[in-house]
Amino acid sequence: MRGVARARWAVGAVAVALVAAGCGGTAGESKGVVRASWGDPQNPLEPANTNEVQGGKVLAMLFRGLKRYDPKSGAAENMLADKIDTSDQQNFTITLKDGWTFSNGEKVTAHSFVDAWNYAANLDNKQKNASFFEYVEGYDKVHPASGNATAKTLPGLAVKDDRTFTVRLRTKFSTWPDTLGYAAYSPLPRAFFDNHAAWLKKPIGNGPYTIDSYHKGSAMRLTRWDAYPGPDKAQNAGVELRVYTDNNTAYTDLQANNLDLVDDIPSTQLKNVKKDLGDRYINQPAGIIQTLDFPMYDPNWSKPGLEKVRRGLSMAINRDQITEQIYRKTRTPATDWTSPALGEAGGYKAGLCGDACGYDPAAAKKLIQDGGGLPGGRITLTSNVDTGSHRVWMDAVCNSINNALNNDRACTVNPVGTFADFRNQISEQRMTGPFRSGWQMDYPLIQNFLQPLYYTGASSNYGKFSSPQFDNLVDEANAESSADAANAKFQDAEKILADQMPAIPLWYQNGSAGYSDRISDVTLNPFSVPVYEQIKVG
Amino acid sequence: MGRYVIRRLLQMIPVFIGSTFLIFFMVYALGDPVAALFGDKAPDPATAARIRAELYLDQPLWKQYGHYMGQILGGEFGTAFNGQKVTELMADAFPVTLRLTLVAIAVEIVVGIVLGVLSGLRRGRTVDTTVLLLTLVVVSIPTFVSGYVLQYLLGAKWGWVSPSVSPEARLDELILPGVVLALTSLAYVTRLTRTSVAENSRADYIRTAVAKGLPPRRIIGRHLLRNSLIPVVTFIGTDVGALMGGAIVTERIFNIHGVGYQLYQGILRQNSPTVVGFVTILVLVFLMANLVVDLLYAVLDPRIRYA
Amino acid sequence: MPDHGPLPPPDPDRVTPPEPEEIITPAGGGAMSLATSEAETLEPVSGKARSLWSDAWHDLRRNPVFVVSALIILFLVLIALWPGLIAGGNPLTCDLAKAQDGPAPGHPFGFDAQGCDVYTRTVHGARASITVGICATAGATLLGSVLGGLAGYYGGWWDALLSRLADVFFGIPIILGGLVFLSVVPSGSLWPVVGFIVLLGWPQIARIARGSVVTVKQNDYVQAARALGAGDRRLLLRHIAPNAVAPVIVVATIALGTYIALEATLSFLGVGLKPPTVSWGIDISSASVQIRNAPHMLLWPAGALSITVLAFIMLGDAVRDALDPKLR
Repeated sequence: MRGVARARWAVGAVAVALVAAGCGGTAGESKGVVRASWGDPQNPLEPANTNEVQGGKVLAMLFRGLKRYDPKSGAAENMLADKIDTSDQQNFTITLKDGWTFSNGEKVTAHSFVDAWNYAANLDNKQKNASFFEYVEGYDKVHPASGNATAKTLPGLAVKDDRTFTVRLRTKFSTWPDTLGYAAYSPLPRAFFDNHAAWLKKPIGNGPYTIDSYHKGSAMRLTRWDAYPGPDKAQNAGVELRVYTDNNTAYTDLQANNLDLVDDIPSTQLKNVKKDLGDRYINQPAGIIQTLDFPMYDPNWSKPGLEKVRRGLSMAINRDQITEQIYRKTRTPATDWTSPALGEAGGYKAGLCGDACGYDPAAAKKLIQDGGGLPGGRITLTSNVDTGSHRVWMDAVCNSINNALNNDRACTVNPVGTFADFRNQISEQRMTGPFRSGWQMDYPLIQNFLQPLYYTGASSNYGKFSSPQFDNLVDEANAESSADAANAKFQDAEKILADQMPAIPLWYQNGSAGYSDRISDVTLNPFSVPVYEQIKVG
Repeated sequence: MGRYVIRRLLQMIPVFIGSTFLIFFMVYALGDPVAALFGDKAPDPATAARIRAELYLDQPLWKQYGHYMGQILGGEFGTAFNGQKVTELMADAFPVTLRLTLVAIAVEIVVGIVLGVLSGLRRGRTVDTTVLLLTLVVVSIPTFVSGYVLQYLLGAKWGWVSPSVSPEARLDELILPGVVLALTSLAYVTRLTRTSVAENSRADYIRTAVAKGLPPRRIIGRHLLRNSLIPVVTFIGTDVGALMGGAIVTERIFNIHGVGYQLYQGILRQNSPTVVGFVTILVLVFLMANLVVDLLYAVLDPRIRYA
Repeated sequence: MPDHGPLPPPDPDRVTPPEPEEIITPAGGGAMSLATSEAETLEPVSGKARSLWSDAWHDLRRNPVFVVSALIILFLVLIALWPGLIAGGNPLTCDLAKAQDGPAPGHPFGFDAQGCDVYTRTVHGARASITVGICATAGATLLGSVLGGLAGYYGGWWDALLSRLADVFFGIPIILGGLVFLSVVPSGSLWPVVGFIVLLGWPQIARIARGSVVTVKQNDYVQAARALGAGDRRLLLRHIAPNAVAPVIVVATIALGTYIALEATLSFLGVGLKPPTVSWGIDISSASVQIRNAPHMLLWPAGALSITVLAFIMLGDAVRDALDPKLR
């Protein structure tokens, strides 16, 4: 019976371990703190290294830049900037307001900006948003396309005094100051440079919150910074960001009162959201558009006459039904290539796509036949499916096309397991059919929706679309001195897209969020990020 | 025995090298992870090249692997793409998963053995058939279905438990996920116990105990159960390794930030330092668990000797 | 389906100790090496009127569990081969306007999130799911029994090599293997999924086969055949394999059920079968998140999957009972 005694011992050990492992949990919700859903940031939380929404949420609480986009209108308004002067649209003099400090007490000076920008642009620091500084003169010296940097600092930046610095751009860029609300242009304290590792563990900024604790991969607690000098002080005691891998779980947690704010309502729950949350549900336009891009580098798709097929495919997609049935109106059928979040003043004009974005199965079938039919007789839609609800809409779009063409094998979907794989397939130009492209604006300018995506050789022109007329119109628009005239030119450029259809506009994505009855005054900004500091608890 | 242990430990070295290389190769085969770091924007070529160089991604596979193994032997598991040390991720993730595993094991032990003894003693009767069917049904339901259904019903609809697990992952929060995780193994523990009990209940020493007039409770508790549990204990031992590594679905549904979560994230982002680091530790846990179980078996069952 | 891996835990109804002098199978410990006591009863192959097999068949025909599960499986195989027999519709014809609607005339199970007919899709899904199950089991069993059998027969370094190779494969997370497979093989056919399950499944079978062969080869009749000058090939194929195969068959039948469920888990993780293939796994994974809105979407394909898995496990169970003389 020797073995039996040991067996009992083993079972006992398991029990002891169970109890031991149980200790160490700390529970409790703090008063006045908003518990919000979050995703694990993909990159280190440096301002110029964060290019996705989750890291952006933290930066929006932690930093204030020269400008800030109004949470409601999206208009760029001065924040730390007292004034930004220029006489020639190329040389800018920036004067800072007095009285701003970082949460560690250090004053925000012209150096805080210039040092941060030099750090961001320098190739050696491998900042993913470095290209935001490409307009500054001498960018190619600190960030050459190949080889090593020949300068440490941007020659186009110069500090005049503690509150003034000048920027010299490569070319004229009249709306450049309006881009400065982007997080990559945030100021950085000396601590960032002096003890980088410690800063990364617990970033220090000049925004309305400070970081209390950062549990990597699972949660971050931010506390209101009481001495915050800005006008937009936090209305709550703090924010606890909790990482969720599955937005369904986050929504279930919200229902169970375990969570106060979910800013990504899973499409499968949209049917219940009114019933569950009543008016504690937000659904408003955001500066995001989803398109299906064609691989214009593939002769099968770019040969003359194929524009009919491309337009026909666009007309075979029943956008109204898909946005209604699958997205419950959290997407709006797109009628151009920008976003209603820009507003009329920002250059948005509904209906620029014309008939080509309306559902007309008969016309679609005829157009595709006139254009010589689908290349190879069938098409494949490609998207990554590891995030979002891409699989659902891909199926729906394919079914819509198949129904219009009366052929259940005309369109098939090609789900790609990971985003990285998808991106690589795109950048290696391996696409043979339409592929998903989502664009979230960096700043609320119509230029940001058109030039990077469809200008010849532009950085995010994945389909390699090229049209001299389109390029000309964009160039002319950038040279216009008045915003209205520029917008008109950009809208003309969009009409070229309507003719050529290098990308099918699918829908404008809304920001959607739900919140508990513990909190109020919840809004989303045009980037679909919650305006945390305005939320009131209790 | 000592020679046997040494031989097994030595054999672990090639297994360790083989598994890590296989995992390394698989992550490598998924392709270049750098493009995805730039989100929906096209990567800036110069920056991307620098990042690749820093991560050793511009080297051929065997050099990457050599570099990585060199690091690991020095106790350095590298840095995830978001700048977090893999060792720190491990320090956060492993205790959580360990707790989840222990809850699952506890459920397996308590429920599985009780059901198994019941049906083993009443072999062929209604209790037995019911338990048998029940366990079969449980085996045939995928974990993600039972996970979502139980989470919705118990967590959201009836509000009996919290539908997710907080970052602290307290034991009481882990009960539901632990049950979900345990369900399949539970069925096997039940059936293992049942057969074992049924076989042993016909053994001579039980007949002797009955003949001596011992109370039934004492016979079951002292004689029958103890001898029947040997295979169950060894099964549970091997299950520890499997549960630790593979709770990907359960951890995702209940938002548990453990090993499965880190692996899932790491794999989707093709974050080789995270994936290879975690799997390396898991392989070690798995190999050690195997060895311990094999040895435990010999200790528990005197009929077995290792040359 | 076990969350933690595709492999069915060892056959739990065998509790016999492992072969005494050598290493026991690593993962399954004692529970897995199940064949020792088999030997006593597996001997009578010649001379007697009824072999183990005809004995078993005699038992099985009278076992209601076997009859019921065999009938279910027969039915499933029939609809997998000719789904049009009971569902004439096209599973790919969907009308989004009817998304998630309940039952309607001609559509007894209602509609799924894309407005496809759930009944048609459930019937047509049988083919992919059952093909995956049968092919993956066949592959894993073949590969596993050959490798395991050789390891058990020859022993020594070959045995050690094989057992450690199996350890290597146990360490791979399912989703990683699945992603790699699916990114290497471009189109969404069944075969990468089958191949992947075989790759993860063979070590389990190999261990069972190995343990079984180790036990059988020590039997007197094998020694006798060897003494009579039989070569390795003849020994293995004529004397050992027929007597060692029973436990492998049992475990394979149970594994089949779990492999079908694994296809669903892979689809849930986004690495399984891809449309336009119709499979229960795809439908279950898309339905599992709709459980509040349209429980009928989950009920039918999940029910079909559970019945299938149940039928195969019950079949394996019955076969095992029939092959195990101790339980008579």
